[in-house]
Amino acid sequence: MITIEKLEQIKNYHRPFLEERLKESANTTIKDGNIALNDLYYNKQTRIALKNCGIINPGNIEDYIAVDGYSALANILMNKSKAEVIEDMKASNLRGRGGAGFPTGKKWEEAFKYNADQKYMICNADEGDPGAFMDRSILENDPHSVLEGMAIGGYAVGADQGFIYVRAEYPTAVKRLKIAIEQAKELGVLGNNIFGTGFNFDIKLKLGSGAFVCGEGTALIESIEGKRGMPRTKIYRTAHKGLWQKPTIINNVETYANVPVIFQKGVEWFKSIGTEKSPGTKVFSLVGKVENAGLVEVPMGMPLREIVYDIGGGIQNGKKFKAVQTGGPSGGCIPEHLIDTPVDFESLGKIGSIMGSGGMVVMDEDTCMVDIARFFLEFTVDESCGKCIPCREGTKRMLEILERIVEGKGEEQDIETLETLSETITTASLCGLGQTAANPVVTTLKYFRDEYEAHIKDHKCPAGSCKSLIEYFITEKCIGCGMCAKACPVQCISGKPKELHIINKLACIKCGACMEACPKKVQAVIKR
Amino acid sequence: MNIIINGTTYEVEKNTTILQACKNAGIDIPTLCHDERLKPTSACRLCLVEVEGTKNLVTSCSTMVKENMVVHTHNEKVMKTRRDVLNLAISNHPLECLSCDKSGDCKLQDYCYEYGILNGTYKGAMRTPKIDSSNPFYDYDARKCILCGLCVRVCDELQCSNAIGFEDRGFEANVSTPFNEGLINSKCVSCGNCVSVCPVGALTPKGQKFRHWETSKVRTTCSYCGVGCQMDLVVKGKKIVDVEPAMDAINNGLLCVKGKFAYKFINHPDRLKTPLIKRNGKFEEATWDEAYRYITKKATEIKENYGPNSFAGLTSARCTNEENYLFQKLFRAVIGTNNIDHCARL
Repeated sequence: MITIEKLEQIKNYHRPFLEERLKESANTTIKDGNIALNDLYYNKQTRIALKNCGIINPGNIEDYIAVDGYSALANILMNKSKAEVIEDMKASNLRGRGGAGFPTGKKWEEAFKYNADQKYMICNADEGDPGAFMDRSILENDPHSVLEGMAIGGYAVGADQGFIYVRAEYPTAVKRLKIAIEQAKELGVLGNNIFGTGFNFDIKLKLGSGAFVCGEGTALIESIEGKRGMPRTKIYRTAHKGLWQKPTIINNVETYANVPVIFQKGVEWFKSIGTEKSPGTKVFSLVGKVENAGLVEVPMGMPLREIVYDIGGGIQNGKKFKAVQTGGPSGGCIPEHLIDTPVDFESLGKIGSIMGSGGMVVMDEDTCMVDIARFFLEFTVDESCGKCIPCREGTKRMLEILERIVEGKGEEQDIETLETLSETITTASLCGLGQTAANPVVTTLKYFRDEYEAHIKDHKCPAGSCKSLIEYFITEKCIGCGMCAKACPVQCISGKPKELHIINKLACIKCGACMEACPKKVQAVIKR
Repeated sequence: MNIIINGTTYEVEKNTTILQACKNAGIDIPTLCHDERLKPTSACRLCLVEVEGTKNLVTSCSTMVKENMVVHTHNEKVMKTRRDVLNLAISNHPLECLSCDKSGDCKLQDYCYEYGILNGTYKGAMRTPKIDSSNPFYDYDARKCILCGLCVRVCDELQCSNAIGFEDRGFEANVSTPFNEGLINSKCVSCGNCVSVCPVGALTPKGQKFRHWETSKVRTTCSYCGVGCQMDLVVKGKKIVDVEPAMDAINNGLLCVKGKFAYKFINHPDRLKTPLIKRNGKFEEATWDEAYRYITKKATEIKENYGPNSFAGLTSARCTNEENYLFQKLFRAVIGTNNIDHCARL
C-alpha cells in the first residue's frame, strides 16, 4: 500500500534525476522549481493541461510523481471530504473543455447528491474533430494527470470504477494509457484502499471504433454498453442515469488534466488565470495557413489575433488573413473584422461560433468559404449516426446544395433553402452533432454571403479555389519557354517554341501545375 | 400538478410526458417513432413542442411535465419545423402511394396530408434500394423505410429476438440483419410484430392485395393456443386479408407467427367444414349428429370389449382451458380412464 510519505520519498529521490536529464536536453529551463519548455512559441503560452507534455517521460510514473503527481489525490483523500472537493471544484468554476463548457463542479455535484449503489466516471477521449489533437497530446505525454483527475472525481462523486473511452486510431495513447494504469495500480494510486483511506478506484480502457458521434456523451455510453453508438434521448441526466442506468460523470481529457493542478495550486490561483466566467486556460490545435502550427495553451479570453499572430506567427507566405474556424465541424468561421474577439465560451458563442474542443483552423485569402462550409458538412454527413430525420436527411440536403454551388450550378433560392434547413436542423435535431451541424453554413452565410452570391449569380469563386469555376489562362506575357507544357500532366498545352502557348480548356484538369512551372520572372499563366 | 398547454391550464399527474398529457387533453401531436410500450427514442422529431424557457424545441415523447410548464404544441415555430421535418422525410421516400399496400393506413401519408406537404421539395440522392423478401411471411423494402426504429425496438424490447438492427451511418443507415445475411438467416421468429408497428410501407405482409378503405375489422380471440390473444381480422368482403394485434388486450399489441400470419386456412378449399365418416373405405360428409352418434356407438363397444384403459386422449393447445377441462372430464368420468394428455407436454 502506498502512503503519503512514500510518495514524498519517491518524489524527492526522483526529482534530481529528472532535472539532470532535462538540463542535458537543453530544451527546458528550471526556475524556482518550475520546469518550462524553451522557445518563443511556448513563452507566450500558459501551460496547465499541457504542463508536463514534453517534459516528463509518460512511460514512467516516477517522472510524474517528481513533478508533484498524485500529491493532489493523496492530499484530498487524507484531508478533504467529498463535499469539500465538490465545493472547491464549483469555486474554481472549471468548465468542461470538451466544448459545451458545463461547469465541472456542478456536474459532479449532481452525481454526488444522487443516491445509488454504483457510480461511474468516464473520460471522453474520443477526440474526433478534423485537425484536433489536444487530447491525444495529453494522453500520450501525460497520461497520469488524466488518471489522477479521474480518481479525484471518483472520490468526490462516490464512484469506484472509471472508463476511458479512447479512439482506437490513437494507438500510442492507448499503449501509454495501458502502461500508466498498470504502473498506477502497481504503486497503489489506483486499485483498492488507495493511500490506506479505504477508497477504491479502478480504470478500464474502452476503445472506440471510429464513429465521431461516440464523442457525444450518451452515444459514448451506449458504445461502452456494447450497443450501436447512437445518442439517447435525454429523459434523465447522465449524472443521474447514465452508464447502465447508474449515475455517471463524463468529462473530457483536458478537463481531467486540469483537476489535479487546481488542487495542487489552489482555487484562487486557477481563477486568477483566464476570465471571470471562463477561468483557466484552453488548449487549441492551431492549424491551417498559419506559420507556426501546433498545440497552444493560452489563458481564456486571449484575443484571437494574439493567438494567430503572436503565437502562430501570422499567415503563411505573407498572404492575407481571411477567417479562422473554431470548434471543428460544429463551430463557425470568424471573419477578419472580429479577430479581436476574446476566446472564451461566451464571446465565441455571441458571434455564432463555439469554443468546441479546441480546433482552430486559420484560412487565408485563397480559401473559398463556401468550399469550407461544404468540407465541414461533408464530414458531418459522413458522421451523422442516422437516427433522427433532421440530421440524417437535412445535412445531406445541405451538402448537396453546397456541392452544387461550388460547381457553379447554384440556384437563386439556394441561399434561402440553406437558411431554412439550418434552422430546422439546429432546432429539431436530437443531439449536439445535429444541433450544431449547420454552424459552418450559418456563419459563412452571415459573414461571407457575398461569396455565396458570387458563386451562384456570377459563377465565380472569389478565392479562386473552386475548380469548376476557375480557368487557367496564358497571357501575352508568355515567352514560349515550354515549361508549362512540360509540366502539364494531361498534355493540354500547345505552342511553338518562343511563341504564345495556349491551354486547351476542355482537356485542362485545373491542377495548376502550369502556373507553378511558369518562370517567376514571367508569370504568364494566370487563374481567372 | 398544473401545466399550461396552448393557453389552457390542465391538471396532470407527475411523471407523465408532455405527449401523454396532450393526449389526455385531446390534443393531437404527430409521432412516427412513438409507441407507449417502448422506451422513447425521439428519432422522428415530429412530436416537437415549444416549452417556454428552453432554447430548442423539445420532443414531447421524452420530456416529463413540470409544475407550471408552458407548452405550445401548434404555434408557428413548431408547425414550421414539423413541416420541414416531414418535407425532409417525404423527400427521401418514394411517392408510390398509388401502388403501395400501406396507402390509407400510412402515418407518413396522413401527416403529409394534414400538414399540407404536397411532395418533397428537397431533390437529390434517395435511399439505396434494398429489398429483403427472404422471409416467407413479410417483406422489407428499405426505400420506403423512414428509420423510425419501431421494428428494431419491438424486436429488441418486446419480442426479445434482436433479429434486426441498424447498419451503416447517416444517410446510408438502414435496418438490417447481422452481416446483411437476410431475414431468413437471422434469428427472426417471424412473429410479425415489426410489421404491425411499421408506420409506413417498409414492412408489409406477403399476401393479398387490398385497400385499407375497402376493409372492416372484426375483433376475435386467436384460436391457436390458450393465451387468448385478441386480434382484429381485417376483412375484405367475406375474406380475411390481414390480421392486426389488438392493443387494448392482454397481448398488448403483440402476436406470434401463427396469430399474425397463419390465417389463410380459413378460406382454404381443403378446410374441413363438416365431419367426415368413412363408409366403404371412403370419407363422406356427415352431420354433427351423425358423427356424435357414431363416436358414442364405437366408444361404447370398445369400452365393453376391451375395457376403459384401451382409450387414450390427447388434447390440443388450440382448445381453451374450459374445453381441455371438459375433455379430461369426459375421459375420466365417462370413459373411466386416466390416459389423458396434452400436446403442450410433448
